[in-house]
Amino acid sequence: MSLAKDKALRFARQYKLQWEKAQDAWVLLYPEGLIKLTESAGEILKRIDGQCSATDIINSLQAAFPGADLQQDVTDFLEHAHDKGWIITD
Amino acid sequence: MTKAGLSPTDSIKPPLWVNAEITYKCPLHCVFCYNPLNYASTFDKELTTEEWLKALREARELGAVQLGISGGEPLMRDDAEVIVAEASKMGYYVNLLTSGIGLTEKRIAAFKAGGLDQIQLSFQDSTKEMNDFLSSTRTFDLKLKVARLIKQYDYPMVLNVVLHRLNIDHIEQILEMAEEMQADHVELANSQYYAWAFKNREHLMPSREQLEHAEAVCNQFRARLGNKMKLYFVVPDYYQDRPKACMNGWGTVFLNIAPDGLALPCHEARMLPGLEFPNLRDHEVRSIWYESEAFNAYRGDGWMKEPCRSCDEKDKDFGGCRCQAFMLTGDARNADPVCSKSPHHSVVTDQVALAQQPRRPDDEVRPLIIFRDDGNSRRLS
Repeated sequence: MSLAKDKALRFARQYKLQWEKAQDAWVLLYPEGLIKLTESAGEILKRIDGQCSATDIINSLQAAFPGADLQQDVTDFLEHAHDKGWIITD
Repeated sequence: MTKAGLSPTDSIKPPLWVNAEITYKCPLHCVFCYNPLNYASTFDKELTTEEWLKALREARELGAVQLGISGGEPLMRDDAEVIVAEASKMGYYVNLLTSGIGLTEKRIAAFKAGGLDQIQLSFQDSTKEMNDFLSSTRTFDLKLKVARLIKQYDYPMVLNVVLHRLNIDHIEQILEMAEEMQADHVELANSQYYAWAFKNREHLMPSREQLEHAEAVCNQFRARLGNKMKLYFVVPDYYQDRPKACMNGWGTVFLNIAPDGLALPCHEARMLPGLEFPNLRDHEVRSIWYESEAFNAYRGDGWMKEPCRSCDEKDKDFGGCRCQAFMLTGDARNADPVCSKSPHHSVVTDQVALAQQPRRPDDEVRPLIIFRDDGNSRRLS
C-alpha cells in the first residue's frame, strides 16, 4: 500500500508515541505491547501531529539535519509504519 | 541476582508491565478463576487509593509503562476512575480488564476523560447458572449494552472468552454473539489450570476432539470475517510438549500487585512455599524489584535443575512456569512438566488422557464443581 505524500498523517487509534526516560528512547505504545524505536525512527514519528504530511516531515528533517539525504529512508520508514497500521491518513 | 561487583541495575532490567489487581471482590463465580483460593482474606487489607498511586508512581519511575487494571472485578472499587486517570497522567498506557458488570455510561465517560486507553471485556460464562448462560437474555442484553458503550466511546471491542470442557462446544454460539457485538478482537483462550481452575481441572479440560472442533469453527469464522474480527485461539498448555515462556521469565518485565499490596512476579506466585513476597506498604518498588529475595529467586538460570540446566531451549522458555512446576511436581525448580523432556511429564499426559473420556452429563458434573465464591474461599483458606 503506498502512502499519499501530501496527506496529513496521524497515529492510528490505540497507538501512542512517548519518550521513555528509563529506556532513553521514543517508544510506540499499543495494547499490551510496545515498540522501542531507534533514534531516527523516533525523529520521524515525533513529527506526526495530525497536520503534517510525509512531505512536511521530510522537509522538517532536512532542515534539522542539513546535508543528509533523507528522502528515501524517511519515505520507506513512513510506508513501513503505514503498512504496520501505526499511522494513518484521514 | 546481585552478583559481586555488579550493581543490580547492571544485570536486571526494569519492569515494563504492571498488573494492578485492585480488588478480588467480584460479582461472578467463575469456575476457572485464577485469583488465589484464599482471595477473601484480602478484603479487609486492600490498598487505599493513595497507596495504589504511590506504588504506581514508583513503578513508573523505574520505567514501567504498560498498566493493567484488573481484579476480581475492578469496577467493584469506586476509585477505579481516579486510579485510571492518575496512572494515565503518569504516562502509563492503561488497559481495563472487566466483565462489564457495573460499566455504566457515567463510568465509561469518566474513564475516557481520564485517558483510559483500552477496555478488555471478558465474557462471563461463569455464573452459577452456567448451563443456561448462552440462552440467558439478561446476560446477552447486558453484553450488547456494554459493547455498544465501548464502541460509542471509540474503543475497539476486545473480547476475552475463557474456554473449557463445559462451554467449548458452544463455540459457534459464542462467536455469533461476538459478531453481533461487533468485536474487533476475540481471544478464545482455554483456561489455564491454576487456583480455582486447578481445583476444577478434570471438569474443565476439553478433549482433543473438542479442541479440534472448536478450532475448525474458529477457522470458518476467520475465513468469513477476515480482519473484521480477529480471532486468537489458545489451547491448554497441557496439550503441548514444550512449556510456555511464562511471564517472559521470572522478574524480567512483569510486576503483579495484589489487592493487599503483595508484590508478585506473576498472578499465581503467592502459592509458592519458601518465598516471602514483599508488600508495597512496607517497601518501595525499586527495592522489591531489584533487591528482594523473592524477585531474585528464579531470575537467570542459576536456580535450574536438570533437564533445564543443560537444555539448549532454556533461553527460549526459561523452564516454563514455576507455579506449574510446583503444583505438579512439588518443586518449583523442576522443569515445568508440560515439557516432554521433564521426568514428570506423565503427570500432564495422564491428565490429558483422562480428558479423552466421554463427557459426563452436566447435571452429574455440576455438583462436583467448586465455584469461586467467598464461602468457598474462606473454607479453602
